[in-house]
Amino acid sequence: MMRSGVAIVDYGMGNLRSVQNAVEHMGFQATIVTNPSELSVYSKVILPGVGAFGQAISCLQQTGMVGALNECKSSGTQILGICLGMQLMCALSEEDGSHEGLGWFSAKVTKFGSEAGLAIPHMGWNGVDFKRSDILFNGIVSGDDAYFVHSYHVVCDDANDVIATTDYGVQFSSIIQRDNLRGIQFHPEKSQGFGLAMIRNYLEMPC
Amino acid sequence: MLKKRLIAVLILRDGQVVQSVRFKHTNVIHYDAVHAMEAFNKWAVDEIVILNVSREAESRDQFAKIVERISSHCFVPLTAGGWIDDEEYAQKLLRSGADKLVLNTALLNNPNLVQKLALRYGRQCIVASVDVKRDESGLAKVAVDRGSKMIDATPEEWVSKATQLGVGEIFFNSIDHDGARKGYDIETIKKICNLVDVPVIAFGGVFTWDHLVDGINAGASAVAVANQFHYTEQSTRKAKTFLANANIMVRKQGQSLEPVKN
Repeated sequence: MMRSGVAIVDYGMGNLRSVQNAVEHMGFQATIVTNPSELSVYSKVILPGVGAFGQAISCLQQTGMVGALNECKSSGTQILGICLGMQLMCALSEEDGSHEGLGWFSAKVTKFGSEAGLAIPHMGWNGVDFKRSDILFNGIVSGDDAYFVHSYHVVCDDANDVIATTDYGVQFSSIIQRDNLRGIQFHPEKSQGFGLAMIRNYLEMPC
Repeated sequence: MLKKRLIAVLILRDGQVVQSVRFKHTNVIHYDAVHAMEAFNKWAVDEIVILNVSREAESRDQFAKIVERISSHCFVPLTAGGWIDDEEYAQKLLRSGADKLVLNTALLNNPNLVQKLALRYGRQCIVASVDVKRDESGLAKVAVDRGSKMIDATPEEWVSKATQLGVGEIFFNSIDHDGARKGYDIETIKKICNLVDVPVIAFGGVFTWDHLVDGINAGASAVAVANQFHYTEQSTRKAKTFLANANIMVRKQGQSLEPVKN
């Protein structure tokens, strides 16, 4: 069966509506999917999320989404994780203890150090520097600002997975990519022209 | 590095955008808040704050509907407040598309609610609105309930209390400066910025773009404007350019892309 269309995964966490608004603003439709068995018909799957890692991963497990998402990953569906969604793609998170993630990226999620005297959460507009080319970056400029809200960040074992970084005391991974998987730490749906262009590039990506 | 933010504030009374002068709201600026928001979205504003200053609690549902309509066109963070006095309504505003909530009177009447919301949604989601007014002796004191009720607390005491309750940001306004076109209450802003480690948003009194620079230099992480943004075309772009020329780190881009049709 041909896969087509865009799904936004609903597992009981976060503001799905703002992601859907952004997709619609770019002239596409997105369906909010609660039932994991329905996920396999879509060619693009967005995994959003705001909140705590531990609660999110157990919601994904309890709803049966983990299996459905793994199936999407192996069959080449273009998957985009946003904010906590990006962190869930990693092997491990240190948020409130230690939690296993989906394990798609050999990476761990760790808290910002407070030694630099910088406020946590990292909240506001900050620059995104591209480290290599990617289809997400078509028509947008490296160094422009995006809207971040997070206290934890992703550390990849393989530097090749990091396609953009941001400076907040440390240079942390603000966008990661491997094969059909992409994760964005900031909120493209709240990052005006810069973020909307990235969402459009994702939506226009050939499957 | 994090940029300083430029925030547009929409003051709503009974669903209409109004001018605010010393917390009196008589002149209607826009009959439809969505039109005002669309202009800000097109320009370079970094965040939008929308406040319900209606006198009646019955305005709550209408306000939530406006938040919902606005959020479907809003591609910067949206902060909403006014009449949040229970968890259910807080959740309703978030579900309607607000990213952050502003609480004012609840800091006095229902501190437990502030604490609960900060725990449930994270401190970055909860903003304390602190309004001050000077008494006869010139001492700044805090007011709640849309400025109608003075309480015996200094701004310093009040922001300390707010951060202890778990709020992640302070939205500062001065009733004496509101609509008075004389710039922010810099003296009080300096005091509270020195005291707390959460971001402070300066609000109330901007007439010239110099006033924004003064707010940032006083220690604010963000500068907010209401009335003055409604009256001049491209005002947010002009304000942002002025800040950049004053060597303040601000976001350069801001233009929304036109929708792409299939």
